Amino acid sequence: MQRIGVFVCWCGSNIAGTVDVQAVSEALKNEPGVVFSTNYQYMCSQAGQDIIKNAIKEHKLTGMVVCSCSPRMHEATFRKTAAAAGLNSYMVEIANIREQCSWVHKDMQIGTEKAIILGKAAIAKVNLNAPLVPGESPVTKRALVIGGGIAGIQTALDIAEAGFPVDIVETKPTIGGKMAQLDKTFPTLDCAACILTPKMVDVAQNENIRIFSYSEVTEVKGFVGNFDVKIKKKARYVKEDVCTGCGLCTEKCPQKKVPNEFNLGMDNRRAIYIPFAQAVPKVATIDPNACNMLKNGKCGVCAKVCAAGAIDYKQQDEIIEEKYGAIVAATGFNPISMDKFDEYAYNQSKDVITSLEFERLTNAAGPSAGKLIRPSDGKHPHTIVFVQCVGSRCAACAEKGKEYCSKICCMYTAKHAMLTRDKYPDTEVYVFYIDVRTPGKNFDEFYRRAVEEYGVHYIKGMVGKVAPEGDKLMVQASDLLANKQLHIAADLVVLAAAIEPDKSARPLATMLTASMDTNDFFTEAHPKLRPVESPTAGIFLSGACQGPKDIPETVSQASAAAAKVIGLLCKDKLTGNPCVAHSNELMCNGCSSCERVCPYGAITYIDKEFRMPDRTTRVRRVASVNPAVCQGCGACTVACPSGAMDLNGFASKQIMAEVDAICK
Amino acid sequence: MQVKGEYKPLIVAFCCNWCSYAGADLAGNNRLNYPDNVKIIKVPCSCRVNPMFVLRAFQRGADGVILCGCHPGDCHYTSGNYYTRRRMALLFSMLNYLGIEKERTRVEWVSAAEGAKFAATMNEFTEAVAALGENKRLEDLRCKK
Repeated sequence: MQRIGVFVCWCGSNIAGTVDVQAVSEALKNEPGVVFSTNYQYMCSQAGQDIIKNAIKEHKLTGMVVCSCSPRMHEATFRKTAAAAGLNSYMVEIANIREQCSWVHKDMQIGTEKAIILGKAAIAKVNLNAPLVPGESPVTKRALVIGGGIAGIQTALDIAEAGFPVDIVETKPTIGGKMAQLDKTFPTLDCAACILTPKMVDVAQNENIRIFSYSEVTEVKGFVGNFDVKIKKKARYVKEDVCTGCGLCTEKCPQKKVPNEFNLGMDNRRAIYIPFAQAVPKVATIDPNACNMLKNGKCGVCAKVCAAGAIDYKQQDEIIEEKYGAIVAATGFNPISMDKFDEYAYNQSKDVITSLEFERLTNAAGPSAGKLIRPSDGKHPHTIVFVQCVGSRCAACAEKGKEYCSKICCMYTAKHAMLTRDKYPDTEVYVFYIDVRTPGKNFDEFYRRAVEEYGVHYIKGMVGKVAPEGDKLMVQASDLLANKQLHIAADLVVLAAAIEPDKSARPLATMLTASMDTNDFFTEAHPKLRPVESPTAGIFLSGACQGPKDIPETVSQASAAAAKVIGLLCKDKLTGNPCVAHSNELMCNGCSSCERVCPYGAITYIDKEFRMPDRTTRVRRVASVNPAVCQGCGACTVACPSGAMDLNGFASKQIMAEVDAICK
Repeated sequence: MQVKGEYKPLIVAFCCNWCSYAGADLAGNNRLNYPDNVKIIKVPCSCRVNPMFVLRAFQRGADGVILCGCHPGDCHYTSGNYYTRRRMALLFSMLNYLGIEKERTRVEWVSAAEGAKFAATMNEFTEAVAALGENKRLEDLRCKK
């Protein structure tokens, strides 16, 4: 018989507000195996933990139940407390009477009754618990960063600085991400390239960092500390180690009419190209969909002009296999498609552009060499209308937009408006907004400067329609504060498109078994306390793949993720999860049912000698679980027809005991 | 747990540790109400739920049993929820033979971010089970007075 201690937490008034904690600890006193029961204001506090430790020693407890918040919150805390007092960590069970009881029920009597039942279920379970000892597994001291934007760059640099090797995998031919496309950054108006490109160079020069550009992750196996990853390095038809990045091929290539994705299709590039001057790695790439040589074998100009002999039309995709201890997702974001927003005439007029396109138009390295012009006729625009929240905060139009706030648009629109007025004081600038949201260091001051010093017309109200009329764009909008309709003849309309996670994030999350929210942003392990970790051990989150973020926030999160990775890689061994499957060899009949359902290949068959009652021996084939590979899902326990397979910590008897306690 | 004159069905909810249990926690964080007679049992993965556990719950007097797991494709263990889906489809198809209405059981996908869906599912499922009335057929009289 176990000697169980029950500890009921008040959690201040969080639990005690709707659960009579005194009554709960009294009611659980007489449950089978319980020898001690008490309650305290904050069990997780030092004083609360001391109560637990003293009780374990004083009453010689062999098991304990804490009726408190979710095990996702404090199970680890109480397990450590138990271990410190000499009780096996896995003899601790949590009855979740906060998230799943006191917070969802308002009536004291109902809350108390439910808490007692949940407590009884936990006691019934712990009565059948057995001490477990976790195994150990080694840690591969190498990290993988997926995504080479500012988030991935910062994470990789920080990890490399700590002395660990890091690989960056980037799908584009160069690292740099969205920040490389920006002109200036708010609220300081630093030039984006001036602060980003030195970091890109640092990445290239750091001997701990390898860059796999124009590559993608195709397979992830394993678990924390021991991931086996396959990376597909797509053929770029240029030998990376030979190309000097001189750019001669990109000038001589006769195929001139390929839309330049770096400038969002506002100008053209060649079939062989280097995305931008500061690209890292500075290596040319051949676009196989545009190159005449690759399509029909006629041309070969780039190979002729390349002095280094770097062109290789026969290059094949290469699969690289590598082991990693930790993986950081930094896949970033994209503006949403404007195709469904017909009211803004984005597809009808070239002079309706997105903010990222505006960014390229004002960038000195952009298609207009930094001159603000109308894309249709190259003339200088005298009236510009900025429309905010295009597709953001759009609960009513979920089929084309997003329900959430994209967070960065208010600030970059203020930046665009301010810079336009600064450079072209003859231009009238209107900004239509629902709300202006500027919570950030020096953000509100920045926005107010745009209004007060630069005379940008901020109008509260949404734009109803943009209609091209001659060479003008007629903007119909409402001014909510003045309560009137406005008609503005604009030369240029700029849409602050909502941002969404990159399309590669969803398949990646499936490979990493990391969870995502309904908008395809990665979910963090805890929204407040573990914001840079995925619930899947060993997977970390950096930047806008976790939620809309500006650059300062992205960089802080990137460094935070790096710190977590470094903490993990510093360990030589990880303690594993002892809640793994095991097979009762006497009952196993070697049918292979469990082997077939195991997603990890953790089950193998061994020939085992059994001594029979007549003292002869017989060899039988039985299942054997590798505890280092088993992740403890329990699929095999249900598949086993003879009931030989069971799961530590979630044994069939334990779950049935819980069912019984609940249904009593 | 019967309030005078009001019938409240007893619901056992098996929730996987990674998605649905976290979704239930989120419902709590957001203070979204659902019936108190929903009692949650944590399992590592929905595929840990043996059909036997479901029958045991009915035998001991549960009026409804619901399994919640990660959305298809999102299983923490890659494929566990697919096993759940198939196993439970098989079990549920046989329930009528045992005298249990099929509608007393359900498999739902609730992610860690879907607190609202968790609460809504529980409210709706409880209503559906309440409409069927008390589950008498498989009640084991030796275990329940």
